[in-house]
Amino acid sequence: MRGYVLKKVGWSIGTLLFVVVFNFFLFRLLPGDPIGLYTRGRNMSPEQLIRLRQQLNRPMGEQFVEYLSNPFASAINSTRFNRPVWEIIGERVWPTVLLVGTAVLVAALAGVWLGIRSGWRRGSRFDRITTGTTNTLYAMPEFWVGMMLIMWLPFFPSGGINSVGVSGFLATSVDTLWHMVLPVTALAIVYLAEYTSIMRASLVDELRQDYLTLARAKGLREDLVRRRHAVPNALLPTMTLIFLNLGFVIGGAITVEYVFSWPGLGLLTAEALRGPDIPLLQAVFLLFSLGVIVFTLLADLLYAVLDPRVSTR
Amino acid sequence: MTAIAWQRRRATAARFWADFRSHRSALAGLGILVLFGFVAVFASVLADPAGLDVTKATAPAHAAPSAEYWLGTDQNGRSVLTLLIHGTRVSLIVGLAATAIAIVIGTIVGIMAGFYGGWARSTLMGLTDWFLVIPFLPLAIVMATVLGASLLNIVIVIGVTSWPGTARLVCAQTLSVRERPYMERARALGGGDWHQMTRHILPNVMPLVLAHVVLTVSVAILSETTLSFLGLGDPTRPSWGYILDNAYGTGAMSNGEWWFVLPPGLCVVLVVLAFTLVGRALEVVLNPRLREGP
Repeated sequence: MRGYVLKKVGWSIGTLLFVVVFNFFLFRLLPGDPIGLYTRGRNMSPEQLIRLRQQLNRPMGEQFVEYLSNPFASAINSTRFNRPVWEIIGERVWPTVLLVGTAVLVAALAGVWLGIRSGWRRGSRFDRITTGTTNTLYAMPEFWVGMMLIMWLPFFPSGGINSVGVSGFLATSVDTLWHMVLPVTALAIVYLAEYTSIMRASLVDELRQDYLTLARAKGLREDLVRRRHAVPNALLPTMTLIFLNLGFVIGGAITVEYVFSWPGLGLLTAEALRGPDIPLLQAVFLLFSLGVIVFTLLADLLYAVLDPRVSTR
Repeated sequence: MTAIAWQRRRATAARFWADFRSHRSALAGLGILVLFGFVAVFASVLADPAGLDVTKATAPAHAAPSAEYWLGTDQNGRSVLTLLIHGTRVSLIVGLAATAIAIVIGTIVGIMAGFYGGWARSTLMGLTDWFLVIPFLPLAIVMATVLGASLLNIVIVIGVTSWPGTARLVCAQTLSVRERPYMERARALGGGDWHQMTRHILPNVMPLVLAHVVLTVSVAILSETTLSFLGLGDPTRPSWGYILDNAYGTGAMSNGEWWFVLPPGLCVVLVVLAFTLVGRALEVVLNPRLREGP
């Protein structure tokens, strides 16, 4: 078990290094004058420009070592907001966690329920309707769902996290919840499709197992066979895949936050690329990758703890 | 000899088609694809390309659907239907071209990793796993920003970011093909690595890849729509995502201009759904193990 944990942690660190190196060199591949791109739309004195250019003229290795020493604490300013990038990101983390967390929770609960219902009675009318619906939902761009919701449900607020002039903790919280309705719905609709099909597929995998026949042979009701035997086993891979799908979740958050002007990391990404604000974009990308790596590691470890069948050697 | 071979091939194709035809949803998907393919090929005949030019637009901006403009006009007075028809071409081209890049990279990496095994496999599959972990959309956004907005760059970005799935599939399949007796025969007769890989492994891996290709196209079209919506597409070649970007940017939703928002999204959903249905059916037809038995 210890070897397994070490191996997984080592792999995650390796991946992190890869992302950092990738992040460093990708932005060195910029076509054209990097100084021009970094300082677009800002007034800079010639001395400042010369200093920047000298920085970029140093050997690549030296620059890389400097970059490695503090990619997170770097005092680089965002070109758009003119403040350190990590300060800006810090303010934007919680709205995203709130929005995406709620949407994932709602979608996972509903998706697991739908997946159980349709997988258990495979080929039934309910199953065919669910599968058809999830296929269609899966084909929808999240932001389009959001735009349609704004257009057809105009009594809900269409953007932002709070209305102007709302004060007091309780009033603000209720107001935030009210603002969350549409973005959470848009995200949850698309995640729901993913989670339903995952749960259905893992339940269908369990249907052929012998232990279900045994459970029936000893006289358990069909309902109990499903609840006590099939579902707990099918839930394991589903939980892991929900964790692993975080990269997919982030993609949805970017466009949905942009459509609803939700002040989170996704909107920040969209704002950063309109500049483009290269330092900010670099930092956000690093943070997203870090998030996915950490959650992948958690999923691997969780799976090993929950399912003794996983080889941990 | 060749006559027999052709007879066998014809019989296989007929069996394949009969099998495929039994999936009704896949046939519907195929129908949708044929329709959109037709629109893409004859886009210039169906709608005058001059209608894409902002400077030549004469209609009022944000006009509701009328006899002349079936789906109304955009913020510059261009017909939304014209944009939609020419957008079909862009979306399909990007989807197919990006998939081609992804499949080529994925197949090469997968076959090399599976065939040589050992160190080559650990290195190549390690790289693949890394690319799988990096969140797709942020990576695509960063690359598109770095490369600049053009149709070719969007194709490259989507292609370069969507190969890992193919590589994994091909590697797993290569590993099983490598151990089969006819490979031993090929080696005994003195076939080199190149010969074995291109003449024996590739043809045996291809059928599985085919189903995966179709599914990759649907993801690529969705990615193109998302990137264009975020303003990373080619502004001179309107795609469906570009229309949605304009609709969002000019407040079409709050003005209730459904003709500006609904049709491009519906096109995306139809095409992506069609590719998904065809791909899933192909998977089942080509790989009977996936069939969900009673």
